[in-house]
Order: sequence, then structure tokens, then C-alpha cells
Amino acid sequence: MSAPAPAPPMALLAELTHRCALKCPYCSNPLELERRSSELDTSTWLRLIDEAAAMGVLQISFSGGEPMLRPDIAVLVSRAVERGLYTNLITSGVGFAPEALERVAQAGLDHVQLSVQGVEDAAADHVAGLPGSAARKRLLAGEIARLGLRLTLNAVVHRGNVAQIPALVRLAEDWGAARVEIAHVQYYGWAVANRDRLMPTRAQVERATADLAAERARTAGRLVIDAVLPDYYASYPKPCMGGWGARHINVTPAGKALPCHAAETIPHLVFDNVRDRPLAEIWRDSAAFNAYRGTDWMRDPCRSCERRERDFGGCRCQALLFAGDAAATDPACRLSPLHADMLAVATRDSTADADAYVFRTPGRR
Amino acid sequence: MSAAPVRGDDVPALPRGVRLQFNEARGQWFLQGPERVFEPDEIAVEILKRIDGVRTVDVIARGLAAEFAAPEDEISADVAAFVTELLAIRMLERREPSA
Repeated sequence: MSAPAPAPPMALLAELTHRCALKCPYCSNPLELERRSSELDTSTWLRLIDEAAAMGVLQISFSGGEPMLRPDIAVLVSRAVERGLYTNLITSGVGFAPEALERVAQAGLDHVQLSVQGVEDAAADHVAGLPGSAARKRLLAGEIARLGLRLTLNAVVHRGNVAQIPALVRLAEDWGAARVEIAHVQYYGWAVANRDRLMPTRAQVERATADLAAERARTAGRLVIDAVLPDYYASYPKPCMGGWGARHINVTPAGKALPCHAAETIPHLVFDNVRDRPLAEIWRDSAAFNAYRGTDWMRDPCRSCERRERDFGGCRCQALLFAGDAAATDPACRLSPLHADMLAVATRDSTADADAYVFRTPGRR
Repeated sequence: MSAAPVRGDDVPALPRGVRLQFNEARGQWFLQGPERVFEPDEIAVEILKRIDGVRTVDVIARGLAAEFAAPEDEISADVAAFVTELLAIRMLERREPSA
């Protein structure tokens, strides 16, 4: 090996389970959901937390699915706190009693990220595929405030709710959040299956961008507003994951270590399992993590591009989706030969006659 | 309001969900919050270590000036600017002075 050892990951995304009460049609979990019987056990997660801390990982995000459905969530948070990791809980707020959060807070949790599907209950419940879910989230928000936990409100926006950005920011203020994440749907897996029902129009995106700027100005000094941008209408790609195998490592419920949550959509990659190999070794040596690490794998126009260290050629999964080749330039880039095709897809899908969502369900192939 | 300018008698504190830690594996200090990791320089680390929800901005500045034999007015301005910046992104909060 001539390449120097990569710096350790900054963050570990621990997908504890794919189980979730919600059925959001843009879920970032894969189309083939892991069953409960294939989930890693408590002792394996504890070992992983120890390994991550020893490597120099700084933050761990407990995610899913719904991580609160794991009976051992407080035990895992407690271990992560003991090992000095900054701990995040990424929750839907649904499927567990709000009081259950108290044990997790007492374990030393640093930060809760609570998702919402919109500001109107009926519409939000429709997207979540579960009546009453918006009301459950409100209850949890009250509990988070009572426990004094740092809260981020996480709102995924799409054609059906993108006009609500100012109202979503106000909701975050009402709930005492310190941070809001306005995330335009990213089109992988379930969201691709629903792209013609979710894609906003260009006019909606322009309006959303203006709304975001206005809300940032209005709440400056009180609220941090982060955004995930709608790259189908962009000129340059997003710096996906801060570079492949550069900052993030993701472990699935069944123990596969991935460079990003959608990496399994790239069919020729083989992912090591944390049951078989230490995390540090997977990060450093595995073929999947080295496949698109750095810039050596790039071809033109990326290879000679002055932005190659800034956006890393964009997203490998999106390249695969459009070019059939994960080493191609992300078509979100205006230098990609497929850039016009991507824009055409967005334009077509954003004005498609939308019928019912394809909801996230187990067992879909 | 946190938009108000920082005063000498303000008491800054690290809120819950914000942590200053030395990471042994990396041999380095980090200030962390939700989806945020900062790598404070040596001076910032010295300021942050003294932010305890008890000491005022003035007390912190006086202590630093004494320890590093530096002019107090310069240090005061640096500390105030630093605290202002972190308050704006909620990596610090103002604590009510204990009576």
C-alpha cells in the first residue's frame, strides 16, 4: 500500500434498526429492510462504540429506523458517553412512550434530532403514513424541553410541503429548538420510487431558497438553520459525505460498514461486516472504502477539475443512477454530459400527475 | 436577547449539548455541538477552559492577561469577540449571574 493511512472518521452513524412506525416515501433506508432477527446484538454494538472511540471518532448518531425501539438504547448511549463520544439521537418521535426518553437523557445524551413531516397534522400524518403521528411528535417535543435536551428539528421538504419552510422554522422556535435542518429530499431508494410525487418545481425551489435566507436573517443569533440543497436543479454537485471514506462511517442494523447510507445501491461493491473485522481495519483497508477515496479514481472532467478537492466529484450513488457507472461525474454537475438529462427528469417529475405515494414497507423488492 | 453585545459582566457557559474535550486518539482539543465540530486554536482553548458558567467575561480576561503577561484591554477585546461569535451560533449561552 503506497497510500498513507486515512485520517479516522469524524462520525459514526449507527443504524440500530430498520424498524419504524412511519412509512415516509423518501425514507433513506434501503428498499430491502433488515428484519429484527438480523440486527446486531448489544454486545457487538458496545464493542463497536469502544472501537470507534479508540479510532478517534468524535460523534456517534444513533439512528434507524427508530432507534428508541431498541430496548438497549440507554445502555448504548451510556457507553458512548463513557468513551467520550458526542451523542446524537435521530428519532421519529413515534412508537415509544415519550417518558422512555428520560433514561436516555440520564445516560448523558447530548442532542436529539426530531423529524417532522410538515406543520399541518393531517398532511404530515399522510406523508408519515400513520394517523396521529404529528400529535405524538408534539408530545415528545414537550418531553425533550422538560428534560432540557438540546433539540434539532429535522424537516424533510418536497413538493407537498416545501412552501412551509417559514412555518417549520416557527415550529422549531415554539418547540425550543436551537437548530433546524431543512433537508430537500435526496433521491435514492424509496425517494427514487416516489420522485414524480416528491420533486419540487424549479419555481418552488427558488421560493424555498428565498424563504430560507429570510428565515436565517430573522432568527440570526437564536437559531442555527442548516439546509440540504435540492441538487437536481444545481450547477455543481454536493460534496457528498465530505468525500467517500473521508469523514463518515455508517453501520447498518445487520453490521455492514458503509461509506454512506445509500452505498449498497452500488452493486459491484462488497461491504465488510463489523461482526467479522475490526472497524479500524474496515475503514483503512476495505475495498469498498478505498474504491472512491481521494481523487485517484476520478476520470475527466473531475480528474482535472479545480473543484475536485471541494466536491469530490459529487455523489457516487447518483452517478450510478444516471450514468450506470459509479465512477462517473455526478450529473448534478454542469460539466457532466448527463447534466441536461437530470434537469429534464426533474422538470418532468416535478409536473407529473401525482397519485398515491409508494410508502416504505418491509418486503418490497 | 443573545443579539445584545457582550458585556464584561456577562457570564458565558457551555450549554447542554456543547462539549469541550481533549481527544486522546487525535491528541487534540475539540469543541462539539449538534452537527458541529470545531478545532479551537491554543488561545481559544485557554478561553474555553475558563468558561464555566461562573466566571464573567472580565474575570476570564483578567486571568488570561495575568497568566500570559499580556495587555488586559487587548485580551478583553479578544475574549468578547470570541464569546460573541459563539453565542450567535448557540455554542455558548449567557448564564444569569448568581446573586
